[in-house]
Amino acid sequence: MAMPALLRGLLRRPTLLVGFVVIIGVLVAALFAPWLAPYSPDDQMFDGLSLEGAPLPPSHQFLLGTDTLGRDLLSRLIFGARTSLIIGLVANGTAVMTGLCVGVLAGYFSGLVGLVLMRFTDLMTAFPALLLAIVLAALLKPSLWIVAMVIAMVNWVQVARIAYTETRSLTERDFILAERAMGAGNLRILFLHIAPHLVPTAIVWGTLGIATTVLLEATLSFLGVGVQPPQPSWGNIVFESQSYFQSAPWLVFFPGAMILATALSFNIVGDELRDLLDPTQRGRG
Amino acid sequence: MIGLILVRLVQAALILLGVAALTFVLLYALPADPAVLLAGRNATPQIVASIRHQLGLDQPLPIQFWHYLTGLLHGDLGRSFNQKTAVGPLIAARLPATLTLMAAGIAVEVVLGLTLGVIAALKRGGFIDRCVMTASFVGVSTPQFLVALLLLYVFAATLGWFPMSGYGTPAHLVLPALTLGVLGAGWYARIVRSAMIDVLGQDYVRTANAKGLSATRVVLRHALPNALLPVIAMIGIDIGQFMGGTVVVEAVFGWPGIGQLAWQAIQQVDIPIIMGVTLTSALAIVLGNLVADLLAPLIDPRIRAA
Repeated sequence: MAMPALLRGLLRRPTLLVGFVVIIGVLVAALFAPWLAPYSPDDQMFDGLSLEGAPLPPSHQFLLGTDTLGRDLLSRLIFGARTSLIIGLVANGTAVMTGLCVGVLAGYFSGLVGLVLMRFTDLMTAFPALLLAIVLAALLKPSLWIVAMVIAMVNWVQVARIAYTETRSLTERDFILAERAMGAGNLRILFLHIAPHLVPTAIVWGTLGIATTVLLEATLSFLGVGVQPPQPSWGNIVFESQSYFQSAPWLVFFPGAMILATALSFNIVGDELRDLLDPTQRGRG
Repeated sequence: MIGLILVRLVQAALILLGVAALTFVLLYALPADPAVLLAGRNATPQIVASIRHQLGLDQPLPIQFWHYLTGLLHGDLGRSFNQKTAVGPLIAARLPATLTLMAAGIAVEVVLGLTLGVIAALKRGGFIDRCVMTASFVGVSTPQFLVALLLLYVFAATLGWFPMSGYGTPAHLVLPALTLGVLGAGWYARIVRSAMIDVLGQDYVRTANAKGLSATRVVLRHALPNALLPVIAMIGIDIGQFMGGTVVVEAVFGWPGIGQLAWQAIQQVDIPIIMGVTLTSALAIVLGNLVADLLAPLIDPRIRAA
């Protein structure tokens, strides 16, 4: 009975519908990459290059063309969805969890703990995030997991600030006071009475943050300090072929379009979720 | 007011100190050893050790940090590992390029954002309004390098209107500034739109309309100035973002700013330069926010009371 209402809501908002479809498409591509991809992403095919050794434009045989090594671009994009989503989910999940923990602890224990945690958060906001991520990723010899951790490290701050503000106002409410008067301990209050109120924040930022994460991964990989070839990622496909972009623009535009579509969809769906779950934030940046 | 400025300045200094400490620990705790890189492939352990000694890397971390900090207070950012010159002048030489790019990027954002935002607010629910709302999302969802490469492909490689890369003439500035500005403009438009909708609904705007003032005068002279406050705050944020955030744009367009300096330093593990650029960026972030906060009461006296 909930489904038709949801479906009708979706149909009334075409952008949201498109966002959902793209996200599901990327999820399916990531999950079933080996079955969906027409070729192996690492296969450097003899017929994948022209006689002069140039990459082939989109054709019947290679739907999105081939890259500079004669590999099928479509297959690399499908496998790249895996990389992007793994990093998106792991990095953003870690960032949201860290942010929630820091924010809730700082908001609940308003004494020294809160002070130290929030000053540290202030410190992190003054950090040039992109620069920090590039430096760390470059010096740590990038791998999938290091890239994810680096992204998580620079992305938890915003969630921490929001969780902090929310916890602060919750802590002063009467029902928490009543709990405490009845003898509830800190852990019980934190987990049973404060945490549930932060579920909407976690869901919203769990979605919105994936957009930021996918973009940051693409940027790092584009600079060559993210996910390392031959493992395909949308960013490093552009990195590998940017010097050919005049003669083979499809090698830049298709991965770029994937990044844009994915980030845009997570942003749209996240924003709608925020409207739905948290009416007080409606219409804000 | 002066007391407030002093408090904020002290806070800013403390934050910068914290950033310096954190960056220092992060950079020197990393596995990459600059001495090994400098010594080259065939260096004996003795040579590596002597280079390490020369750079002061063999001293305990707290002592190294103390040296760095005392130097910093004298305005000395240390010496580059590779170029053997002081970091301060190296950064200072790159600043004009980055500041030019930043100013041009912000100018594009403000001009586009104000125009579109005001139109969207006036024609609420119309075609332009819906475009602006979508564009603001597209703007924050597009990787900078994609826009940079697209602009290069269309306006430099295909049409040949602007040079592919380089620095020096206004023509060189157009594409990098557009890359920075076009993406941010959507968000400016969104902010201006919602502020304008707020302001347009207020009584004094109705009074101005009732007096028989022209619509242009009401919008530009009466409503817009009151909608500018969030734009000022946003510019403050952007000043900080662009100082350390133009690495990609500078790399694609070969723009010789501090982003490029940082990028080269990162590849050579030239830690003093990385430290210097990080601190410069952090300074810009802190100052950008500070100036925006201090300007706010000058623009809107109602804030002064709070």
